[in-house]
Amino acid sequence: MQHRYFPHTEADIKAMLQRCGVGSLDDLYADVPEELRFHGDYQVPSQMSEKEVRDFFDGLGRRNKQLVCFAGAGYYDHYAPSVINTILSRSEFLTAYTPYQPEISQGTLQYIFEYQTMMCEMTGMDVSNASMYDGTTATAEAMLMCVAAARKRNRVLVSSTLNPAVRRVIETYAHYHGVVIDEIPNHGGVASRDALADMLAKGDVAGVIASTPNFYGILEDLSGWADLCHQAKALFVIHTVPADLAVIKTPGEWGADIAVGDGQSLGMPLSYGGPYLGFICCTKALMRKLPGRIVGATTDDAGQRTFVLTLQAREQHIRRDKATSNICSNQGLMALYAAVYMATLGPKGLREVAEKGYHGAHYLADRLQATGKMRLAFPEDPFLNEFVMHCDFDIDEFIARCVAAGILPGVKIAPDRMLIAVTEMQSRSQMDELVKIVESM
Amino acid sequence: MNRKLYSKLIFELSRPGRRAYSLPRTDVPETAAALPDVLLRGSEPALPEVDEPSLVRHYVNMSTNNFGVDNGFYPLGSCTMKYNPKINEEMAAHPAMAGLHPYQPAETAQGALEAYFTLQQLLAEIGGMSEFTLNPFAGAHGELTGLMVIRAYHESRGDTKRTKVIVPDSAHGTNPASAAVAGLKVVEVKSHPDGTIDIDALRPLLTDEVAAVMMTNPNTTGIFEHGIPEIARMVHEAGALLYYDGANLNPLLGVARPGDMGFDVMHINLHKTFSTPHGGGGPGSGPVGVRKGLEQFLPSPRVVRRPDGTFALDAPNTALGSVSATLGNFSVQLRALSYILSLGNEGLKLAGPLATLNANYIKESLRNLYKLPIDRVCKHEFVFDGLADKSTGVTTLHVAKRLLDHGFHAPTIYFPLLFHESLMIEPTETESLETLDEFIAVMREIAREAAEEPEKVINAPHHTPVRHPDDTQAALEPKVKYSDLTAK
Repeated sequence: MQHRYFPHTEADIKAMLQRCGVGSLDDLYADVPEELRFHGDYQVPSQMSEKEVRDFFDGLGRRNKQLVCFAGAGYYDHYAPSVINTILSRSEFLTAYTPYQPEISQGTLQYIFEYQTMMCEMTGMDVSNASMYDGTTATAEAMLMCVAAARKRNRVLVSSTLNPAVRRVIETYAHYHGVVIDEIPNHGGVASRDALADMLAKGDVAGVIASTPNFYGILEDLSGWADLCHQAKALFVIHTVPADLAVIKTPGEWGADIAVGDGQSLGMPLSYGGPYLGFICCTKALMRKLPGRIVGATTDDAGQRTFVLTLQAREQHIRRDKATSNICSNQGLMALYAAVYMATLGPKGLREVAEKGYHGAHYLADRLQATGKMRLAFPEDPFLNEFVMHCDFDIDEFIARCVAAGILPGVKIAPDRMLIAVTEMQSRSQMDELVKIVESM
Repeated sequence: MNRKLYSKLIFELSRPGRRAYSLPRTDVPETAAALPDVLLRGSEPALPEVDEPSLVRHYVNMSTNNFGVDNGFYPLGSCTMKYNPKINEEMAAHPAMAGLHPYQPAETAQGALEAYFTLQQLLAEIGGMSEFTLNPFAGAHGELTGLMVIRAYHESRGDTKRTKVIVPDSAHGTNPASAAVAGLKVVEVKSHPDGTIDIDALRPLLTDEVAAVMMTNPNTTGIFEHGIPEIARMVHEAGALLYYDGANLNPLLGVARPGDMGFDVMHINLHKTFSTPHGGGGPGSGPVGVRKGLEQFLPSPRVVRRPDGTFALDAPNTALGSVSATLGNFSVQLRALSYILSLGNEGLKLAGPLATLNANYIKESLRNLYKLPIDRVCKHEFVFDGLADKSTGVTTLHVAKRLLDHGFHAPTIYFPLLFHESLMIEPTETESLETLDEFIAVMREIAREAAEEPEKVINAPHHTPVRHPDDTQAALEPKVKYSDLTAK
């Protein structure tokens, strides 16, 4: 059988078997006990041509519904400039692996260095790693960093306003790693600083995880948090949305030790959940505790600026069971995505994106309130582009009507609450249509 | 790729006022409400300001400093750097998939859910398992998830003293690290000189405190663990579970299935066996499969097929919880699905044997010049312990660097740790006889140079865009962002 991905002709196989001193491909597996051999056919369809594969995916695609997206909850519908796909499609980037051989991997190492630089700029931190899988696992890694840095203390305080999907993942890691998570209560959608002070006063806290913008879209005032944490010798972690950092106060400015979150908001396709990118940035003091790959600059023997993977003594392949993280890869191509997105938008473009979301969200929130059938759940709290609406009608019925009209109106986060996000992607007429459906409820 | 380095950074192209973006007009009235100052950042981030043509040229030139599978032979052991079919890229970016929000109602994402369900079923068939979760983001994440599944299983039986995991000394570094993150203590078991597990050394370690034994089969020396039926029996008698690290699954396509060997839990690296591109380090995907009876320990969310044929996301299960917010690296999964459908039953059955043939062909062609510590038929990869002639001063590192001069990526070096000069070669099934012959010829030439003009090898590479980067300087005074370079 000749398949388009296999170069071997019958004559090639024959000549190669001869060199190997065996008579057949089967003979290469003589050491596999017969009782373990799989001789049958896989219950897998016969090989497909490209056209058939395409038809198969087109068929799947027709069973999805394309919707105008007012859903956020951590993942936002932003415009992706065309240049990004062109650049990510370069085989030299796409089909390379981890840059173990710097002499022939400067492309990967350069873009990771650019990515690290831009993430430091956005978060206001000193150091970024080369990226993690996604925001949930990056937050879990930040939690493990706190516990590793604190040695004997294993308690981590987590804001009740942190995205519950992130919370679920860090709970899983905490359970198996022996970390105790306590929840910082909130008042009116904002984590309570007084409660934090009380909880820290009891001692034995390794780290504190706050969130701004938080799950409800609220920008929290974290003044004083860093001092409280540091007085208690706890590390201060801020979970955030990187696109918003073009305008909002940065984790660095709030005095955080670690900034963490999901990079999806940097223009990445929603793609039903991934791939996205986890980012984790920290202070210089914590650099040697940071998990994952880090790229650093040096020179080669001709004095040229050269980039290499550095500080590898932190990593799993050296430390094995002494490692505090098992992460082996990074999200390379998505780090390139984020870098090209930030380079394309620049400081001005990112600000415009944030402002368009801000004005759109405030327009929509006002219009929705004016229907008298929805009201802001946290009317006193400032938000950028996402907000919670308390609804006086059946939300499931509302979502069904919106979907019928081609709109995803947001995410249901409680029996009577919707979380709604606006970006540069939704037009005024689409917002007005959403309002009309609310009026019909 | 280039021989000359393109060395600019995007920040060096930046000039205030340039722009590469365009955004839709704001057609809503601007709100008068302003955010309080305390919530705003003090100054704008120092991101580059560039125009579109300069930006594209910058990254395209940067890419020419790089070497990928599409550039040439990439025999990086245990990484399965096979060809990445191009149709898979198009299917991954399918416009009817790319815009789906992970939290949109299941009835509006039936095609996506079906893709996920179909791939998990195909992987279950190929792995000989009952069910897979595709949620884990990478191989190491799959290992961690699999160990959590095992812990959840023991916990469900009230068996709380099982806190150890046995790992062979030849294992990938992620195995012990994943065990540590999962809160398990690692016990190392010795290997025989041929790299297979020493069953007599394993037996006394199998106490009632052992949660699992992790194995890679074929192991990291490329040898099939033929004692696996006996090992599985012992592990199960001791009440532990057997974990399959799928990093080396490729040679078993069409030959054997981990489920049939007695493995209870396994992960698969879609970026290895199922050809999704490695992307400079990711995104990967590390689906985890379980045998019958362990399905309820898989993480949520799970995709289920209802009796009427539609698909749904199940209610969160409390046994393990979640290792991801979403269904994982979905577009990577689409690539793997496209690949499996393209290969089909016939192609899958041929992939493993051809990968094994390619590895043995290289091994047999070079065994007189390079030290072959394990003289057996290998599977998809094998290990040389450096050059046969150790008197020249030429090490594995030098050989690896000299290969770069000849347009080949280096093999994996100094792993596994069983040998001092490991040179781990995995050609994969997508390389032609001509490519293998070119590689063999170069390896022979390097062996000749080592004997006759060793300095030429020791000082390699000679023709790459950069040469001999100073790692010590990089680690002593870490410069990890642009402002570290420009600071006085």
